[in-house]
Amino acid sequence: MKQTVCGWGRHPRIEAEVDPVRDLEGVRARLRAGTGATIPRGAGRSYGDAALAGRVLCCQPLRHLLAFDAGTGLLRAQGGVTLEEVIRFALPRGWFLPVTPGTKFPTLAGCVAADVHGKNHHGVGSLSTFVDHLEIVLADGNLVTCSRQHHPDLFWATLGGMGLTGVVYAVHLRLQPVRSVFLHNVSVRTGDLADTCRVLCDTQNEFPYSVAWIDTLRRRGRGRGQVMLGTHAEDDRLAPLHPPPRLSAPNLPFNLIVRPGLRLFNGLNYRRQWRRRATTTVHYDPYFYPLDAVGDWNRLYGPHGFLQFQFAVPFADGEAVMATVLERTDRAAPCALAVLKTFGDHPAGPLGFPLPGFTLALDFPRTDGIEDALRAATDDVVAVGGRVYLAKDSIITRDQFDAMYPRLEEFRRLRRQVDPQGRFRSLQSDRLGLS
Amino acid sequence: MTGPLKTSAAHPPAQRRALILGARSAIAQAIALGLAQQGWDLVLAARRSDELEPVATDLRLRTERVVHLFEFDALDLDAHAGLAARVRAAAGQFHLAVCVFGHMGDPQAERADTAQMVQTLTTNFTAAAVCLAHLANDFETRAEGGIIGIGSVAGDRGRQSNYPYGAAKAGLAVFLQGLRNRLAPAGIHVLTVKPGFVDTPMTQGKEGMFLVASPERVARDILNAWRKGRDVLYTPWFWRWLLLVIRLIPERIFKRLTL
Repeated sequence: MKQTVCGWGRHPRIEAEVDPVRDLEGVRARLRAGTGATIPRGAGRSYGDAALAGRVLCCQPLRHLLAFDAGTGLLRAQGGVTLEEVIRFALPRGWFLPVTPGTKFPTLAGCVAADVHGKNHHGVGSLSTFVDHLEIVLADGNLVTCSRQHHPDLFWATLGGMGLTGVVYAVHLRLQPVRSVFLHNVSVRTGDLADTCRVLCDTQNEFPYSVAWIDTLRRRGRGRGQVMLGTHAEDDRLAPLHPPPRLSAPNLPFNLIVRPGLRLFNGLNYRRQWRRRATTTVHYDPYFYPLDAVGDWNRLYGPHGFLQFQFAVPFADGEAVMATVLERTDRAAPCALAVLKTFGDHPAGPLGFPLPGFTLALDFPRTDGIEDALRAATDDVVAVGGRVYLAKDSIITRDQFDAMYPRLEEFRRLRRQVDPQGRFRSLQSDRLGLS
Repeated sequence: MTGPLKTSAAHPPAQRRALILGARSAIAQAIALGLAQQGWDLVLAARRSDELEPVATDLRLRTERVVHLFEFDALDLDAHAGLAARVRAAAGQFHLAVCVFGHMGDPQAERADTAQMVQTLTTNFTAAAVCLAHLANDFETRAEGGIIGIGSVAGDRGRQSNYPYGAAKAGLAVFLQGLRNRLAPAGIHVLTVKPGFVDTPMTQGKEGMFLVASPERVARDILNAWRKGRDVLYTPWFWRWLLLVIRLIPERIFKRLTL
């Protein structure tokens, strides 16, 4: 049925034929019957146009757990199961997600398609490290199980492949054992961007989780903030689990996220901690998922939506490029949220985003000049061999994309093999020449 | 109030089992999860029940209850006489029947093609009534058990947009009312549920889907109502009052409205 759909950034919005699929047979039948551009869609948590196409396969009803080995923590679950449901099931049994992004609402298949990373990427890599097998329904309706040994090309292309290789029916994920719902957090207050980068680099080997919140709105001391360094507590408290969101943002006719408010918030947030180092014990929900506390927070940006721009740059030029990007974008729109962390050196697929270096994620309200500013910023990133994250993108050009992802041809070759007619397509893949 | 106490969902005695008829729907699966979390074992009955293996596995993993799949075709009316015995043979004794299956036809197509209308009427009323009649006899003989039937707010007043569906659900509501009256002395409780719009594949993408509730919300309301021994449940709650207003509109005016 025709429905208006958009990504988490609420732009662009399109009218699409949305087909819910209820089970494996449903997926296979839809693929055999359907024609035209199709893209699988999970919870709609990618920011841009990655899950938009004329025909959208809504995979949320595929939300069943299929097997769990309580001895090894190996979970086999359908692709539409959300991270939130995995936590709800696994944590009381002493297991947690091995890698988690900053929200618990995306689906497993969506996380596979973006090969998501978390605050522990520097140590363990992205989600793909913990994925043993993927069960994928290809364009011809056939179900294929792939792994590092079996159809490795398909396996690696799907991890980070933005849903363009097939429908991820099931994911075999190795969970990590934990002994608490709490984490010990060491917070280090930093004076500017250089200080933040230095602290992040110096602490990499000590803590499994590290991330920095930075204030980008100050001309002096731009990039000051807090580096948060976490480890799982071991106090054998496996409750309570996260509550459902208590607050939900209303549909606003205007953008609430404006510079004066942000400056005030940033100032207060920075001053919360007056010592250089502070240690606290924090529940996993506010620790990993602070924004999940407010349901539909993307509505706060009003009807025009917002953009997130996330890029990775090598350590060598990282700090300088980040400073340039912050200056450049600050002229176009105020950055509402800036999150900085380090990436390690780990194996990835042909469209893998992480590279050893820094990654910076910036949220902006959709103002008039912001898209141009971000494309210019993308050129800065390309110039030093960096990359932009596809899960958050809706604006980069095909030339920029070609320059950023050196293993692109590998991906295109695999796609010609498994989807010769180009059935899987999204607005993003059309824009970037991936389909 | 003796009825619901016997099969109270809050404190199910050991080895309580619920039979869910039409286990393919999102509401049915949400009810199944809720019951299993409260300690009920389950029999999931549906057509092509083997396709529901992932659903059963999911329930077993999450709740560690015993879950059976059972092949069941609501439209095979003659087979319903032996339903209770076959369920017992396949899965063991059961103490609660939840009748969820239904069919929301295309009201426009039903005007021209009455065969389609017959399917809507049969699935939502005749099949449900025949099924529950046999199960009621079984429960009455055993002097134990309970029934939850799913009607619809569409059955509270006929509207041009979907009156065949509404008529069938209205019929089912009266049937359940009669069953409740008949089975009350035997201590068997009957709960009639009237959900409003529920976010399922049946309603997805249709225009005017305001006030849509999630299947989980509806299931939670149903289990609470069952525990409290309610007779008729509107879910979400505001539909009771909305429908009260709609029923109070005089027919002379109502016939000119497009609701």
